Amino acid sequence: MKIDRRSFLSFAIGGAAGTALTPLPWKLTDDMSIWSQMWPWTPVPARGAVTVVKSACTLCPGGCGINVRKVDDRVVKIEGLPDHPVNDGSLCTLGLAGAQLLYGPRRVKTPLKKVNGRFVAISWEDALAEVSEKLSDLRAKGGAHTVACISSSDRGTVAELLARFLRVFGSPNFIRMPSSQDAYEVALYLTQGVRAIPGFDVEHSDFVLSFGSGLLDGWGSPVYLFKAHSQWRDQGGKLIQVEPRLSRTAAKADQWVPINPGTEGALALGIAGVIIKESLYDEKFVNSHSSGFQEWKRLVIDGFSPEIVSKVTGVKVTVITELARSFARANRPLATGGRGKGTSPGSLKEVLAVHFLNALVGNLGQKGGSWAVPEPEYIDWPELEMEQAASTGNQQTRIDGAGSDIYTHARYLANRLPEALLTDPGYQPVQVLFISEANPAYSLPDTTAFKDAVAKIPMKVSFSSYLDETAELADLVLPNHTYLERYEDVPAPSGYPLPIISLVRPVVEPKFNSMHTGDAVIQLAKALGGSISKAFPWDSYEECLEETLGDKWESLMEQGYWVDSEYEAPGWSEAFETASEKFEFTSREISALGNYSLVKPEGDEAFFPLVLIPFDTMRLWSGYVGSPPFLIKSVEDTLLQKNEVLVEIHAATADSLGLGSGSTAVLTTPKGKARVKIRTTEGIMPGLIALPRGLGHTANDRFLAGKGVNYNRLAGPVEDGATGHDAAWGIRARLAKA
Amino acid sequence: MKKENAKRFGMVIDLDKCTGCGSCMVACMAENNVPFREDETDKLLSVAWMRVYKLTNGKAFPDADECFLPRPCQHCEGHHGHSPCVSVCPATATDYDASTGIVSQIYTRCFGCRYCMAACPYHVRLFNWWDPVWPDGMEKMLNPDVSVRMRGVVEKCSFCFHRYQLARQQADYEERGEVAENEYQTACTQGCPAGAIVFGDLNNPDHEVTRLAQPDLSHEGKSRNPKAFRLLERLGTNTKVYYLSSREWVRRLGDNYQVKAAQHQA
Repeated sequence: MKIDRRSFLSFAIGGAAGTALTPLPWKLTDDMSIWSQMWPWTPVPARGAVTVVKSACTLCPGGCGINVRKVDDRVVKIEGLPDHPVNDGSLCTLGLAGAQLLYGPRRVKTPLKKVNGRFVAISWEDALAEVSEKLSDLRAKGGAHTVACISSSDRGTVAELLARFLRVFGSPNFIRMPSSQDAYEVALYLTQGVRAIPGFDVEHSDFVLSFGSGLLDGWGSPVYLFKAHSQWRDQGGKLIQVEPRLSRTAAKADQWVPINPGTEGALALGIAGVIIKESLYDEKFVNSHSSGFQEWKRLVIDGFSPEIVSKVTGVKVTVITELARSFARANRPLATGGRGKGTSPGSLKEVLAVHFLNALVGNLGQKGGSWAVPEPEYIDWPELEMEQAASTGNQQTRIDGAGSDIYTHARYLANRLPEALLTDPGYQPVQVLFISEANPAYSLPDTTAFKDAVAKIPMKVSFSSYLDETAELADLVLPNHTYLERYEDVPAPSGYPLPIISLVRPVVEPKFNSMHTGDAVIQLAKALGGSISKAFPWDSYEECLEETLGDKWESLMEQGYWVDSEYEAPGWSEAFETASEKFEFTSREISALGNYSLVKPEGDEAFFPLVLIPFDTMRLWSGYVGSPPFLIKSVEDTLLQKNEVLVEIHAATADSLGLGSGSTAVLTTPKGKARVKIRTTEGIMPGLIALPRGLGHTANDRFLAGKGVNYNRLAGPVEDGATGHDAAWGIRARLAKA
Repeated sequence: MKKENAKRFGMVIDLDKCTGCGSCMVACMAENNVPFREDETDKLLSVAWMRVYKLTNGKAFPDADECFLPRPCQHCEGHHGHSPCVSVCPATATDYDASTGIVSQIYTRCFGCRYCMAACPYHVRLFNWWDPVWPDGMEKMLNPDVSVRMRGVVEKCSFCFHRYQLARQQADYEERGEVAENEYQTACTQGCPAGAIVFGDLNNPDHEVTRLAQPDLSHEGKSRNPKAFRLLERLGTNTKVYYLSSREWVRRLGDNYQVKAAQHQA
């Protein structure tokens, strides 16, 4: 057949029309897509009975209540517990991703023992026997005090069981991980004479002056702070953020006051000076309920005039006076300290300077003010029967030096551990180290020094549920249940002003061969016998907890929390237990600690012209729990690209170094060096480099490990002259083109 | 469904309250079985129904300022339901539901042509380039109310439609005609610790969302609230996600066409 133009066209048009009319191609495309989507490996989640279990979150010190949604025996979603006083139904990034920590690949599935540098599985009997043998051996040789324990908290039954174990065994070496609470506790003790927990009634304050506190970056109890911030927005409260970098808190604040890093305390004193000079302070409080005011006033007026402070801090004189006036004239002003999430204690004198502002405006124990929340008192266990070995052991000096003549005021000094362990190569002051819910090999500044020091300890026992950096160094890993598989009490959420306890309860059966740390301690005590065994009269942790909580147990089981909502801070006439029974602006003890002075960052300025500061974000967690996959996924591409972290640096500083945005550079500090990418921004003071906390894990799962740089690897502690706590806020650094 | 019963579910996000923490993103991922991979730093490939953007005012230190903007699917109504993605989908995998105002996405109908991704002005649509993998038993945490998506399909925010279905079922079971405002809330709304997200029926004057958004129905839902704006409003997409901000530069950035127009005039 001859193909002419006409037949070709009719064929083509007819074909096209036919194709369009027949359903065949559409049917085929449809079939093909159905066929290509029905992969057997795409999971189909099973249906089942839906239940909701009330519990509490332990992943940060925030103490939120949670509702865990289950389908049959699977945890499907974690949400906030409605009506819980702290978080009322909502939750933070980490809490929401909690199920990934239950099911994720970083769990320790069974007790592990390190043999020739590799972990092998062992039974619980063998593991506990190994520890108890070592312990009784040590004690028999008079070395009871060479046992130490590092824990993220010293409150609640699990921490108290560990502390009790050490005490009755004969060791004073229970060590809490550092946080801004350390310095605050000393400040409350020195000025108010009370052993108490710092609380901040932020939700009722209408003018919050934050000295670098990441109020919206995870400081205190994050969800509680977020809710307070929203209330300020609705009701006209003001937030002023003093910080060298435009953090999220600074961006949300009504005013961002950039300041030379490390000079926040000077600004607080400068503001105090203006308040005093202009007589804007609360006269009733200062005249009738404080002592040492005149002496302190002279120090402040002479040493911290707005002109001097302006030079030190880089904040304009007009800004200082304006801040002082608006702070003092606000209805319910509140000043907060503790940088970022508050993971580092900071200098005592700086915390005192901030605390004095609260005293000046008379907000102590008042609505919207700064509170001294009493330590929880529900843990009331029988007196210990102390054997000779126990009494002698407890009289020994602590290895970290806390409470000694040099460090009178400190209770715990984890930052001094490397130094204490490495001073004398011929002598090992710690023979056994317990680590519970803490990851010091990642979270303590100068991780290299900590790892070197810990390597010298003959037996390291980790109770971690996850194979984190510290667990990797351990000789024995005795995995705890995760918080979704166990009972526990959660007292005193960080910074929360009311006494409250929430109850963690098992939502699912333990997934692996793990054991509650409380049970492990009780079993160890039983194995050791004698007065140690007698100190733990419970058969199980659950029994211990139920007995301890007593009449609160019922309401905890029903409601999920117990709160003393009637609690009112004592009036000014009763609140202070100092020698003068007043608030002390100065006292012999406070004067003995010297005047406020700036904390210098480590490093030689000539060699390290820049300063590296860390920053916190809600999408990365730097505590004992590493960020789960959902959080790493939510991290911005302005912070992490592939496996490389981006450091923030002012555009002009980058220019002067010949570094463009996106270029790769080598960041060097006195402690180490790392490859980083550059991100230039206008949201940071020139001369600084900002690095996020929470990256640079070497352990945990592949979703977390190997990404970015750990700030603590590049940083080191700076000992506070007054307390011995870590007062560092940054470290000197250098950036060079890679 | 009768017109007078029709719902128009929408959202108001208060950018003055939003702290950019990312809880909405994580709540959404956990609720909606969003997969995760080892490297999620290429945000063009990273599947996230909700994403928080950071806006900067472009000023130099120390006047620099930032604002965070959470962006779910905007559920465009367009003109009578002609949302940009719906009109281009050859497979009818995505549709505008006139009874709820929700733009749906049916994964098994989608054959991955990605026209909708090109048509969407808000980048809310994401393509599954890989099979989803939940390592080491992590598929245990999958939510049976939401189907898991397979390689080769497009997905996006559904305003947690499955929660509406469950609430409707419950209401029908209890022989109540209506689903109460608090019975149907999206996962991001529920999770937001700042309470910055408000969700509800824009057709119901009693719902908080309507009081805040103050939609003017004679002008395609344009807000009468001077603090409110919608993203790229000039495109006529008639979205159902309203943003509130007291900062003028934020409102202007919400519609970069307006910025250009303003610059042009200047």
